[in-house]
Amino acid sequence: MSSRTRNALAASVAGALLFAASAVAQAQEVKVGIILGFTGPLESITPGMGGSAELALKEVNDSGLFLDGQTLVPVRADSTCIDNAAATAAAERLVTTDNVAAIMGADCSGVTIGIVNNVAVPNGVVMVSPSATSPALTDIEDNDYFFRTAPSDARQGEVLTEVIRSYDIDSVAVSYTNNDYGKGFSDSFVAAFEAAGGTVTIAAPHDDGKGDYSAEVGALAAAGGDLLVVLGYVDQGGVGIIRSAVDTGAFDRFALGDGMYGQSLIDAMGDSIEGTIGVIPGAEGEGSAKFAEAAKAAGLDPTSSYTGESYDAAALIALAMQKAGSTDRTAIRDAMLEVANAPGEQIIAADLAKGLQILKDGGDIDYVGATNVELIGPGEAAGTYREYIIENGEFKTVQFR
Amino acid sequence: MEGFLNALVVFANFVFIPGLAYGAQIALGALGVTLVFGILRFSNFAHGDLMAFGTMITILVTWWLIGMGVTLGPLPTALLALPVGIIGAVAMALLIDRLVFRFYRKQKSAGIVFVMASVGVMFVLNGIVRLIIGPNDQRFADGERFLVTVRGFREYTGLAEGLAIRLPVAITVIVAVIVVAALFWFLQYSRTGKAMRAYSDNEDLALLSGINPDRVVMVTWIIAAALATIAGVLYGLDKSFRPFTYFQLLLPIFAAAIVGGIGQPLGAIAGGFVVAFSEVTLTYAYKRVLEYLGFQPEGLVQLLSTEYKFAISFVILVLVLLIRPTGIFKGRVL
Repeated sequence: MSSRTRNALAASVAGALLFAASAVAQAQEVKVGIILGFTGPLESITPGMGGSAELALKEVNDSGLFLDGQTLVPVRADSTCIDNAAATAAAERLVTTDNVAAIMGADCSGVTIGIVNNVAVPNGVVMVSPSATSPALTDIEDNDYFFRTAPSDARQGEVLTEVIRSYDIDSVAVSYTNNDYGKGFSDSFVAAFEAAGGTVTIAAPHDDGKGDYSAEVGALAAAGGDLLVVLGYVDQGGVGIIRSAVDTGAFDRFALGDGMYGQSLIDAMGDSIEGTIGVIPGAEGEGSAKFAEAAKAAGLDPTSSYTGESYDAAALIALAMQKAGSTDRTAIRDAMLEVANAPGEQIIAADLAKGLQILKDGGDIDYVGATNVELIGPGEAAGTYREYIIENGEFKTVQFR
Repeated sequence: MEGFLNALVVFANFVFIPGLAYGAQIALGALGVTLVFGILRFSNFAHGDLMAFGTMITILVTWWLIGMGVTLGPLPTALLALPVGIIGAVAMALLIDRLVFRFYRKQKSAGIVFVMASVGVMFVLNGIVRLIIGPNDQRFADGERFLVTVRGFREYTGLAEGLAIRLPVAITVIVAVIVVAALFWFLQYSRTGKAMRAYSDNEDLALLSGINPDRVVMVTWIIAAALATIAGVLYGLDKSFRPFTYFQLLLPIFAAAIVGGIGQPLGAIAGGFVVAFSEVTLTYAYKRVLEYLGFQPEGLVQLLSTEYKFAISFVILVLVLLIRPTGIFKGRVL
């Protein structure tokens, strides 16, 4: 036998072995898609989100209790956050090529709507988004395949109203970023604020990425109000509006939506925004503390945006599979609300083994997780928000609502 | 009386002062465009990105200076870095002329070929700027922020309304006046300036009388790049630097140059202020001003929503080209 033939033979034997090994592995592996904007406007926070979801899956695997020793394997895909076609193609690949049992994602509201309509519903795959907050997703035709561990901005509008009213302010101007998120958020805030007896003098959009916002602020100032509500992005037009409003003396008090939370705001504005109030999704309690511990041990930053929600989204998927006793896509959907809500034993973050065990024994659980998960209506988080105030150049937590 | 003063202060704070600064920035940009058009006879679409390039170098030098601990006290450090930015932009403009436009000049290509080549140059410059400094917002204004603060003004005058004059606005106006005066002196009285005007008026006659065309072209690029950098740095100090915004500035700048009469330096300045004040006055909501004057307006009294700001430049451009293609100061017809 020449050396060439021998090599060829060795290679084919090795190949056959590999093939057999992968066939065995496949029998025990359950794939879960993780589709987030690893490139694009959210690329700075998505690694933490993806890492948190994988942390939950790893915890499930380490327990050894999941569906008779099967293991969950995360498969990442890129939603890009803004490019609907790319996101849909990536999700399609997850479902058809990778044959995932469920999808954790997507992150931004626009692409999430696209994936729900074009991939999740037609293929009957459960999707759990950790961060899509558009009110439009509440009424989407999803055949109950879509869930989210982030609350709708409709809820945030109500919470922000409560916060502003608690300072006895009843006349405000609103400036929102000119996209689905800003428009939806602004509509829900204006409705809530007016229902609470307040007056909204103007609700005007601002475009992101401009150099100069003096014209926008001029219109806001002309309308007047005791306080300016800014529903935008902290690294974009939102901070431009605030800077221009401070410079021209148009407003000296601000209330901010969740997109405006970030250290860069304080770095940019210094002490001219002392006393600014705002809300951001966030939870307190044992679950959130346990998650923070586990995330830190895994080298993740638990205070980064939507990490807890991501952990919960992945954990819910695993628990629903356990409850259903199979990885059948429709069975997962039907088990989702049962594991997320009462009745049952409360399960907090980093305690997934306990939940898996109870479900294995045929019991009931109420998943609380890192963010006090409670799925309401068509399967979205009720939502807890952290109210903060900027004092001495720091975000200070006032209370949770 | 107090109502009238308050109305005046509101108007100055939200319309006049922003318009003045914006107008000066556009006018400086339009001067560069109009000079290139007058002498090289093509519309240079790369002007906005030349502004971005010069500003980028200024920003990088500013950061370096701040890193070295060198600042100008109350004034922005960028003013110290500005000469370096100008040198960088001039070098880039001359390099581009050597590599691109000189070839077409030798070929005696039609004007439209130059314009298309400048579009290519625009994309290349755009890419270079994004590659080096990135596509994001950069703020590089340091030192004092205000000359007059709203609170200070209110306390001093006792009026209900406040007026803010930011330091970059004051610097913009002062620098613009100095630069324009120097430019006009240069064009009117210096030998090279006269040569440039002669070349612009009648190329053949100028060549016959012994004017060196290469020198005229070179000086034109030097002045255009210097003006572009100054305009860009002033805009960036006043607002913020972002490559895409500078690309978008091309529209109001061209509108200004054409409104004033392209090829006419004085027209570029007038056009800059016409465009800037049209944008600001038409999108401002006059409710507060009218209230102080004793009216009780129902709505905001806003002619156009602020999103139409750029559309105004377009409308002005189209109107001028339709009604008076030579512009205010009888420039050339495009």
